[in-house]
Amino acid sequence: MTTMLRPLVIGTLAFLLVAGLAPAFPVWIVSLATLAFANALVVLGLIILWRAGLVPFGQALFYAIGAYAVALITRYTGVRDVFVLIAAGAVLSCLAAFLAGLLLARYREIFFSMLSLAMSMILYGVLVKTETLGSTDGFGVEPPTYFGYAPQGAMQLLVLFWLVLAFGAAAALLVFLYFRSVAGSLAVPVRDSEIRLEFLGVSVNRLIHLNLMIAGILAGIGGALAALSIEHVDPNMAYWTTSGGFVFVTILAGAGSVAAAFVGSFLFELLKSIAYDILPGAWQFFLGAVLLITILFLPEGIGSVFARLRRQKPQSTGATP
Amino acid sequence: MLTAFAILTDGLVYAAYLFLVAVGLSLIFGVMKILNVTHGSFYAFGAYGSAVAVGIYFERGLPAAGGFLLMILVAMAIGLILGLVLERGLLRLVYGKDEIVVVLVTYAAFLILEDVIRLIWGAGSYALYQPLGAAGTIDVGALVLSGYDIGLVALAGLIALGASFAIKHTRWGRLLTVVIFDREVAAAFGINVSAVYTFTFIVGAMLGALGGAVMAPKIAVTLGIGVEVIVLAFAVVAIGGMGSVGGALIGALLVGECRAAAVHLMPQVELFVIYAVMALVLAFRPQGLFTHAQPRKI
Repeated sequence: MTTMLRPLVIGTLAFLLVAGLAPAFPVWIVSLATLAFANALVVLGLIILWRAGLVPFGQALFYAIGAYAVALITRYTGVRDVFVLIAAGAVLSCLAAFLAGLLLARYREIFFSMLSLAMSMILYGVLVKTETLGSTDGFGVEPPTYFGYAPQGAMQLLVLFWLVLAFGAAAALLVFLYFRSVAGSLAVPVRDSEIRLEFLGVSVNRLIHLNLMIAGILAGIGGALAALSIEHVDPNMAYWTTSGGFVFVTILAGAGSVAAAFVGSFLFELLKSIAYDILPGAWQFFLGAVLLITILFLPEGIGSVFARLRRQKPQSTGATP
Repeated sequence: MLTAFAILTDGLVYAAYLFLVAVGLSLIFGVMKILNVTHGSFYAFGAYGSAVAVGIYFERGLPAAGGFLLMILVAMAIGLILGLVLERGLLRLVYGKDEIVVVLVTYAAFLILEDVIRLIWGAGSYALYQPLGAAGTIDVGALVLSGYDIGLVALAGLIALGASFAIKHTRWGRLLTVVIFDREVAAAFGINVSAVYTFTFIVGAMLGALGGAVMAPKIAVTLGIGVEVIVLAFAVVAIGGMGSVGGALIGALLVGECRAAAVHLMPQVELFVIYAVMALVLAFRPQGLFTHAQPRKI
């Protein structure tokens, strides 16, 4: 059990540290981290799929559904409670993932990626063309309340950050436990040989459908939190470049660990804003270069650096593998 | 009747455009099994190169025919340079890795090239209007057809014919077929697979740049034009079946006509009709309309 205990203790400590130090940090870092950790939920979902060898190029579909659910409810009804809003986003994206999964779960490799891309582009087209959904401009999102408590001024951002952090920690814990469950640990065998698994009596399609729904819910909650953090939604949330960004972070983070999703997502947002600040005309150049370097020199992502450091300690006397 | 004819001609012109941008992508995928995101950059480079070079050419008042020839030459030069640099300098490093990882490498290269475009040509927009005027118009009943559009359809047809002839009846084409069928056996028989890859990638890049070069007069050449083209070309190629020229042609025709019908009859679905067709086709034939399913390997 110690193998499970250690990451849990470290994770809890990191969570408390970040939550406690947040008021001391400048506002821009906190608001950057709020968005980054909201997006990290989507990345967690991508990691689940990536373990089974699947890379969706259209995860923005569920992200946008979560975001638009929140935005539409605050626009057309009086409901402002943050938990109701996020629950609505999660339920809707879960439903969408269930329906999409009926089709998607039958596909693998590049076909899976393309079909997922096509689905998100359909949503993008609908959003752009529908006037009541805000068309190309999208619309603003009203600040939420927390069980009737409506924070003012600087507290607004901090409370939202703590909320995102709490959701992130809960999701990280659940995904961490899922990876150690039977269903979760079957993902890697799916990648190795589906036929072998089928002969062992496992329905690979159902397993992938389940993974798709988990990833969809995570993306929906991520989108809902992102909408609250940006206070605006627009159709670009469903565009393929948004999905591309999530895949980017997944590669940057690596599929090795749950914590890497948060570190990777934060680094990505930080990189983006620094690059945008220093080289406004060449920030994509910078991002592309970072992605290339990661793939070429750190194929397992930044998560692997920690794993390698940990492994090196006991093995330092022996030959490296 | 008039609407039906308008849908037919509009659809054909759009299909020609789609075929031109999709055929290079399909070729590269068929031979190298790379889903090449930089195809959007080839298109954008072709459009910028053509807008600038051909614009200067027409301003000098030189004969129009040369301007059209120059478009093709510019596209070939850009394809040669970009294709060679990317294949030799970058893709070579990642052959043999996961298909998805290679896609991401081309995605990274695409991001880099987007800013290279900005560095070379700036953030402004270019308009190349002369070729449309030079090609004139033709009246067919109540409809006015642009001569340039007819030329576009003819060019797409020529490339489709040329490509299928080259693949079936020339030495290079047969070598390609062998490499597509089984790379390792081809290498074992002494075919220089690495050279075939380089050649294919350059031809694919030229075709992508050509798509941009001939579309330059019809669009505003500005930053970000490559982004949309990528997903469009993916959709067409996925419908027709990856790696098949005939498939790209049928896919382009299907999508072109569907979109034209949507524009004329139901404008609100125009933006996503393409992806709806793609999702529908993939739902029933995941490998696309024109390729055979791969046998499962254990």
